[in-house]
Amino acid sequence: MLADQDRIFTNLYGLHSPGLEAAKKRGAWDGTKFLLEMGRDWIIEEMKASGLRGRGGAGFPTGLKWSFMPKKSDGRPHYLVVNADESEPGTCKDREIMRHDPHLLIEGCMLASFAMNAHACYIYIRGEYVAEKHALQRAVDEAYEAKLVGQDNVHGYPFDIYVHHGAGAYICGEETALLESLEGKKGMPRLKPPFPANMGLYGCPTTVNNVESIAVAGTILRRGGAWFAGLGGKNNTGTKLFCVSGHVNKPGNVEEELGITFRELIDKHCGGMRGGWDNLLCSIPGGSSVPLVPAEQIIDAKMDFDTLRNLGSGLGTAAVIVLDRSTDIVSAIARIAYFYKHESCGQCTPCREGTGWMWRVMLRMAEGRAQRREIDMLLDVTKQIEGHTICALGDAAAWPIQGLIRHFRPEIEKRIDRYSANPHSDPVPMAAE
Amino acid sequence: MTKIVVDGTEVDVPAEYTLLQACEAAGAEIPRFCFHERLSIAGNCRMCLVELKGAPKPVASCAYAVKDCRPGPNGEPPEVLTRSGTTKKAREGVMEFLLINHPLDCPICDQGGHCDLQDQAMAYGVDSTRYGENKRAVEEKYIGPLVRTAMNRCIHCTRCVRFLAEVAGVPDLGAIGRGEDMEITSYLEQAMGSELQGNVADLCPVGALVHKPQSYNVRPWELTKTESVDVMDAVGCAIRVDSRGREVMQIEPRVNEAINEEWISDKTRHAVDGLRLQRLDRPFLRENGRLRPATWGEAFGAIKAKLAGADPKRVGALVGDLAGVEETYALKGLMTALGVRNLDGRQAGEALDPAWGRAAYTFGPTIPGIEEADAILLVGANPRLEASLLNVRIRKRWRMGPLPVGLIGEPVDLTYPHVQLGAGPDTLADLAAGNHSFAEILKAAQRPLVIVGMGALARPDGAAILAAAAALAKAIGAVTPEWNGFGVLHTAAARVGALDLGFVPGEGGLDVAGMIAAGALDVVFNLGADEVEIAPGAFVVYQGTHGDRGAARADVILPGAAYPEKNATYVNLEGRVQIANRSSFPPGDAREDWAIIRALSEVVGRRLPYDSLTALRRALYADHPHFAAVDAVAPSDAVAALDALAALGGSPAREPFRSPILDFYLTNPIARASRVLAECSSLARGRALEAAE
Repeated sequence: MLADQDRIFTNLYGLHSPGLEAAKKRGAWDGTKFLLEMGRDWIIEEMKASGLRGRGGAGFPTGLKWSFMPKKSDGRPHYLVVNADESEPGTCKDREIMRHDPHLLIEGCMLASFAMNAHACYIYIRGEYVAEKHALQRAVDEAYEAKLVGQDNVHGYPFDIYVHHGAGAYICGEETALLESLEGKKGMPRLKPPFPANMGLYGCPTTVNNVESIAVAGTILRRGGAWFAGLGGKNNTGTKLFCVSGHVNKPGNVEEELGITFRELIDKHCGGMRGGWDNLLCSIPGGSSVPLVPAEQIIDAKMDFDTLRNLGSGLGTAAVIVLDRSTDIVSAIARIAYFYKHESCGQCTPCREGTGWMWRVMLRMAEGRAQRREIDMLLDVTKQIEGHTICALGDAAAWPIQGLIRHFRPEIEKRIDRYSANPHSDPVPMAAE
Repeated sequence: MTKIVVDGTEVDVPAEYTLLQACEAAGAEIPRFCFHERLSIAGNCRMCLVELKGAPKPVASCAYAVKDCRPGPNGEPPEVLTRSGTTKKAREGVMEFLLINHPLDCPICDQGGHCDLQDQAMAYGVDSTRYGENKRAVEEKYIGPLVRTAMNRCIHCTRCVRFLAEVAGVPDLGAIGRGEDMEITSYLEQAMGSELQGNVADLCPVGALVHKPQSYNVRPWELTKTESVDVMDAVGCAIRVDSRGREVMQIEPRVNEAINEEWISDKTRHAVDGLRLQRLDRPFLRENGRLRPATWGEAFGAIKAKLAGADPKRVGALVGDLAGVEETYALKGLMTALGVRNLDGRQAGEALDPAWGRAAYTFGPTIPGIEEADAILLVGANPRLEASLLNVRIRKRWRMGPLPVGLIGEPVDLTYPHVQLGAGPDTLADLAAGNHSFAEILKAAQRPLVIVGMGALARPDGAAILAAAAALAKAIGAVTPEWNGFGVLHTAAARVGALDLGFVPGEGGLDVAGMIAAGALDVVFNLGADEVEIAPGAFVVYQGTHGDRGAARADVILPGAAYPEKNATYVNLEGRVQIANRSSFPPGDAREDWAIIRALSEVVGRRLPYDSLTALRRALYADHPHFAAVDAVAPSDAVAALDALAALGGSPAREPFRSPILDFYLTNPIARASRVLAECSSLARGRALEAAE
């Protein structure tokens, strides 16, 4: 269990003021000038040494990502864009950071921008986060007023920070769609390559980072990459905000070491499983887009990137959705399929057409109004979407269904059989040839 | 150059090539829907997915550059597999997705037979569907009188959106909604406001956008396809005339990189129904003030009777906008034989003369040459309406990099940003004197281009304006031995050919304005000149195709052939000689125009020395060898021509330039006979009124 002195987000629950004075007392903006004076290379090396992996879902090493930015500007400005479009169902960690610890984020923006030679940073906030937008804007204004950021700030590095409010589309959390949206266009992912580090916002080198990845940077640099690397396990270092939701007694956000077991996470922080451990059906451990993991596999699993990947799932954003035996799991996944159908941007064929198809089949399967052979067909359709799309939304739509079929096939079959045993069932419609 | 292995074949391609281009270079076929050579890359249909060795998932070959491929572990060239199982599976998957919401109504779809989706479903799809749900239904949209929509069939490739935004330069189409609710629409169901909108139906790889006027009329396999040349303006776009039996059914663009790439304007495409309506299908003779049908013999007899006693000084000949070189040559031969010097092929009264050199009346830089210009000055020209496809080239140049464009004339929307310098000759003088900031830009340009339009030349002081424009072009270094940046923007297909033939007044001869004046002539031979009003008094012989203005004024009507009905030579504004081929026959008693003149020459006792088109062309090529070089622009001495023009001098009047094209859709008798273009015209007028409010 994480010791209190190793916590980065010390105001996660909003028990103290989010204002600048209180944040400074908690350690934010402490020695920022000194850190900047250590130089770009030192910052990037420390970040690499910390082993921090991106907290937005994909888990790409943050230090490495920063090092991809051109060392010297070719005349184009560099940009840092912070992805605060936290829309993954189950995830609510960035929300708490922006509400209660916004100065950690702003300081992180300053440090990261300096490391990448960016003089401007854009924070793209999810459309639904209205209160968070105000909270963050208030903090930014405070920082400007205290001359911590701005054109002539106390740190001697001209730096501007802009808070941009999105319109509430899930796809705008995809980094290139976010850039399109920020440029004022329709939020549709771009083709890659070129990657944002070469051609990002307005065609300039850009790095897009998650809020949590940026917000932890200040503390990591102050306490040293080695401290962060000492927490958690190899290749899965540091602390992480877990967003536990679902059928636990006390759902909530908690900062914990990576590699804590599922059982410990629930027992220590969430008041245990509703109805005891025997009542656990499965968990979706990383936000709605990762495949579910059944109870017997998840219960003593370490919550980190590699362990969950080996279980055929992923840590994602660490939005742990816990489902007990009262759950209608097929309906639950059908609801997730509807979400992806609703949020597909419509740009590329497999996702545009496939998400609707999967949802409709899932809807029938939830009732049992299907054929057994359609389970394999559905699995095949998910494979036809996965990896064939411009962005990862296609994959995200396919994985939950793949997870369901992998682990709960008998449940689907049972429903189909029960439905077809009913003499008054509707016939399964066939396509008009 | 970079090496890459495609299906085991190693090819050496430029590093900027996309995988799709590299695969084509290696001879592998890649299916595609959204990709189009002349539009930006969207990469959204996913049909072109190929397996790239080492990549975790198939890549969209249209959007993936060869230079982005990683070499193998030992430095071996990257390898693309277009026939592997992964590639095949990916294509089948995408095709299945494209078809699940496609209505599969091929038997009632106009695209059937030339549909990319049909063809590729046959080649790359699977035999049956697994989709058992209801298909998506999308409402039809109204996007104008030329393109009919069937949005159920749309596969969201966005080619139409990209074409309008990039090539046509209007923001009229877009996609609303997201996911499977995405729809292509003009937002408020307004007609598209482009003169190139018909091309979106050509681009549509499925039957979602089809040509409305041809709806349910034709199947591609019933058509006889004839390659020809357009005459609706002076650009001379490459077209394919599709006919069924004797009837021209549709006109489609043909690729000609030197002129129209692969686009044509709506007027070119939809003047087709004008070929069927208002046609002159037999000779007519005016008796007691009324035209009555007559035989060829009666018509020729009446002309002979009039010519018999006429003084050649009181006989004249006019050539209109659509005449081919052959009939103009025959008419010139006949008139010369009669001793007539009152000849003019410059119907609009343009101040152009072959005596100043060929470069003085052609478009010097040529159309592809526009892409090399680095500053453009438009003098009394509105290329968007006068030469739409040339305007597309200017827009293409503007999209390639910064291009300052200055316009002297009426304020117009050219689809690219330009500076409105002024309205008339005064501004031209200001520029020449260096009193205008744009003069600096022109001087600094390496390859400046001065385009002089008919708005500046077709007026009494046209020669003085031409001289002033030429002097300015000379001063800014627009014409050097390496670069000819002086262009005259013609509006009529027949004009350059007539000037090449020297169809202008001889010694002491009258020009158009002189000939049509009251009491000037006794007999006027009018070869399709419908835009002039001949004053009462003269006996008018009208040879043409449509019952238009010229026929109404005629005393004798000789029915001729429209451009798809004859083999004829046309010279476009660049001076490029092109041959239009016959695809059908003139209606009724109408005949090919050169043959009518040849027959008349025999009746009036001045027999022309050729009995066949071949013989006529032999004589033509002997007199004017450059007509024999088809599809080429004969070189001419631009420096000398510009010097000759600049030396003309004269002082222009002060009136502002006015474009001669008042209505883009109704510029010639064929277009005026077309119902489709009449509808376009009324819509465009409505838009203009709305904009004025």
